[in-house]
This record gives sequence, C-alpha cells and structure tokens, in this order.
Amino acid sequence: MWCERCKQRPATVHITQVVNNHKTESHLCVTCAQESGVAPGKELGFLFEPNFSFHNLLTSLMESEFGPQSALSPYQAGIERCSTCGLTFTDFRQIGLLGCGDCYQAFGRFLGPLFRRVHGHISHTGKVPKRTGGKVRIKKEIEELRRKLQEAIAREAYEEAARLRDEIRAKEEKLK
Amino acid sequence: MDLRKKIKELLPGWLEGPAPEGDVVMSSRIRLARNLQGYPFPHQADGKALETVVEKVKNALKRTTFTLKRLDDMGQSDRLLLVEQYLVSPDLLKNPSHRGVMVNPEQTVAIMLNEEDHMRIQSILPGLALQEAWEEANRTDDLVEAELDYAFTEKAGYLTTCPTNVGTGLRASVMLHLPALQMVGQVKKVLSVLSNVGLSVRGIYGEGTEAAGNLYQISNQVTLGLTEEEIIGKIVSVTKQVMDQERSAREALLGKDSRLQLEDRVHRAYGILSEARLITSEEALKLWDHVLLGVKLGLISGVTVEQVNELFFLIRPAILQHLIGSDLPPHERDYYRAEVIRNHLKTKRG
Repeated sequence: MWCERCKQRPATVHITQVVNNHKTESHLCVTCAQESGVAPGKELGFLFEPNFSFHNLLTSLMESEFGPQSALSPYQAGIERCSTCGLTFTDFRQIGLLGCGDCYQAFGRFLGPLFRRVHGHISHTGKVPKRTGGKVRIKKEIEELRRKLQEAIAREAYEEAARLRDEIRAKEEKLK
Repeated sequence: MDLRKKIKELLPGWLEGPAPEGDVVMSSRIRLARNLQGYPFPHQADGKALETVVEKVKNALKRTTFTLKRLDDMGQSDRLLLVEQYLVSPDLLKNPSHRGVMVNPEQTVAIMLNEEDHMRIQSILPGLALQEAWEEANRTDDLVEAELDYAFTEKAGYLTTCPTNVGTGLRASVMLHLPALQMVGQVKKVLSVLSNVGLSVRGIYGEGTEAAGNLYQISNQVTLGLTEEEIIGKIVSVTKQVMDQERSAREALLGKDSRLQLEDRVHRAYGILSEARLITSEEALKLWDHVLLGVKLGLISGVTVEQVNELFFLIRPAILQHLIGSDLPPHERDYYRAEVIRNHLKTKRG
C-alpha cells in the first residue's frame, strides 16, 4: 500500500478516526504523517515510540482485514473462542495479544492473512527446537539431503548418490 | 570506599571487552521470545502459573552459572538499576509479582521471566557483534530447550504472545552513534532508506521525551519466514553502510571549512561537562554526545572512549543514586551528577 498523500513511499502509518460514529481511515508514510501533524515528529524525525505501539498498529491492521467490508461479520468472528485459555477473537482484536500457544490453532484462519501483512510470509524457516520439533528437524534434514542427492546425480557421482539415498531412507524410517 | 571499584560494580558487565567498529556501533543485542508449552501466556496467567514458569526455567538452568533475581525480592531502586543496565525492560517492572531475570556472571546474557512472553533471552555485547550475540543467545536457548518443551509449531515456528514476534522470535538490534550525520543534516535521509528494506529505526530517549545523544537503534521488523542468519546478515550489511556514511561525514567535518567550528563545539561541550556544578541528565547527554565525538576524532586528548562510554551509564538516575548511596531529590541529583562526571573525566587512564 502506498502513502495516499505523496503516493511515492510505502504507507506505514495507519490512522483510524471515529467521529460521531463515522469512521475515516488514512494511510500515510512516516514523512507525510509528520508533515501533516498526525505523528509526533520532534527535531530528529522518526521518533514514534513510546506512544506508537505495535499493538495499536496490529489492531488497525486487523480493522482493515476484518472490518465492515470483510465478508466475515464482526459478530461471527467475535464469538470464536480458544478452548484452552478462553480468549475470544474480540479480546485478541482489542489487545493485540494471544492468550496461549493453542490460540494459534483456534484463530489460525484469521492469523494467516495477518502474518502475510506483518511479515510478508506465513511459514517459519528458522531454528527448530530439538525436543518439541523433533520430526520437523528430521524433515528439514531430509530436504537438505534430497537437495544434495540431486546435485550428486547431476555431477554423475553415483556412489555418493547411493549413500545419500540410503541416508534419506534411514531418516524416513525414523518419521514413521 | 573506593569509588572506582563501586563504579565498576554498577556499570553493566557486558560493557567490558573489545568493541569492534566501536567508533560508530555502541552495542549489539539479540532477543529471543520463547514460551513454554502448556501454560497460558503471562497476561492470561494467574500467579500460580506464572510462578511455575519461574521455577521451571530456574530448574532447567540449575547446573549453569545463571542466577535468578526476583523483582519481588528487591526494592524499586534496585529494579530501576537493572533497567538502566539494559538487563530488563521497563515493561517488566509494571507488575513485579512473579517476575524476574536470570543473568550470567558476565551479564552478557539475561533471561527476563514473564514479561510479554514467558522468556525473553537477551544477549548484548559492545560494538558490532551481532553474530557473536546470536551464538551466545542460541547456546542459552539450547540449554533451556534441553530441559523444557517450548510452544512451537512446524508452520508458525516459536509461538509468541504478540503475532509480530512469531516464527524466529528474534529481534536483532544495533545501537549506533551518528553525530556527524546529524551535523551535516543527512541522518534522516540515510536512515529513512532503512524502512524500505523492512528494518525499523528509532532514536534512543534521554530522561524525558526529547531524543538526545544522537543514538539510533536499527532492528528487524520481520520475524517470520526468514532464518536467523538471514535477519542478522541483513542488519549487519545495512549497519556497515550506515557506518561508512557516518565515517565520511566525520572526515568531511574535519576538512578545513568546518574543522574549527567542530573543534569549538566539542571543546565547549567538554568544558561544561568537566566543570559544571549542576547538570541534568538531559543536558549531560547532549554534551556527552559531542565529547564522545571529540574523543573519537582525537580532538580531545587525555580521555579515553571507554571513559566517555561509561559516563553514558553514570549520568542515569538509578545508577547515580546507587553510586551516591542514598535517595536523592532531583535537584541534589543534579549536583552529584556534575560531581561524578567531573571526577570521572579527571581520572587519568592509561
């Protein structure tokens, strides 16, 4: 999304104003937000915190995601509840915080689009804990071995390829 | 009482040791957000669940050199000291009950317990050392993980209280000192580029709401879909570019057109800082900034960069209070602050 004032920079400041039940939204870049006086600029420019929190930003992101235009009515979304900790989706929208690990499962279908907007991705590719993520770790190792196998075949290094294939099989056994 | 010894005790331990690229980069910090499986996140948890988390993490690390400091067991001034040493965040103090921090003897790693997440593993080192800080935080993470199950899924990674931290749970940041870019009016331009590559920049605050000290923090915003190495690599490469810009600006300022003005400015700052009898932390930080630049550029002699870096901590209220050893009203604080600064700058160091 581009800044609606200068149309040159990405909009990173999202402002929702409600006056007499009438809601207006504006999406600006940092520079225009400061110039139009809606963000505290001060002498050094980009000083937003501590008044500008991630939670507020998140709430406004969700507003645009699940707001009145969304097919899903706020009522429907609001009554969804995490059965483990009891947090409702309405709570989450208000505070921007999840209540427990199981909330990720309970609100999964709402979180996917949010992840995409915040992070630009929806899947983790980083570190995997050895205990909780035992199988994930093995899967990642298998992926890596498969990649090496393809390379070995391309180089016509068949002895190495055979060894890699056995290694992959052994790891696949562990997953069963 | 040996004042020098007392100062050493109050300065954060992580400040010791070499600072690579220390002329521009003040410090590097890694933070990993982690939660234990099967317990509600802190803001949804009752006292019993919070206490269980504290005990579990403490037990997981019982064969290590980490020690637990409980906020419940200390007074407010000791808690503020931890904040000023960068070992805990101000947020941890909002509700001290069942909150604490586990720290290693070198104070390079601190694990905040029951802040926004069950655990916030922080590693902080002087200079540009993000990779080293990551390795240290990662080792600590492995130690805990060998004993406890984390809230983790294959798809979303480490599950965090706020979805902005999900995935790696990693926030990597560097603190930069950019006085020359500010003086040549380029700091805003150079740093505004960073928001286009998914990094965030902010000024570091002094005591009030005014920014001071020309200190800026660069950190990653995206935590999901990139590996830890990719996130760190991006910040390091961007930091190096900003470093080059700052160094060119410093060289430009040393040119014949502006050198005299620059010398005048840093020496005026040094004159006030080393002779004032009353000084607020805000004024001290502004002068500190110019003095630090003057020492780094070799314009001010007889004082080391380490000495001036230490001043950054000594002017802060809680550290100052501990140094003087009694509760001080603000106007007396200004008197003692001026005295501490004078003495610290006059101590010859080889």
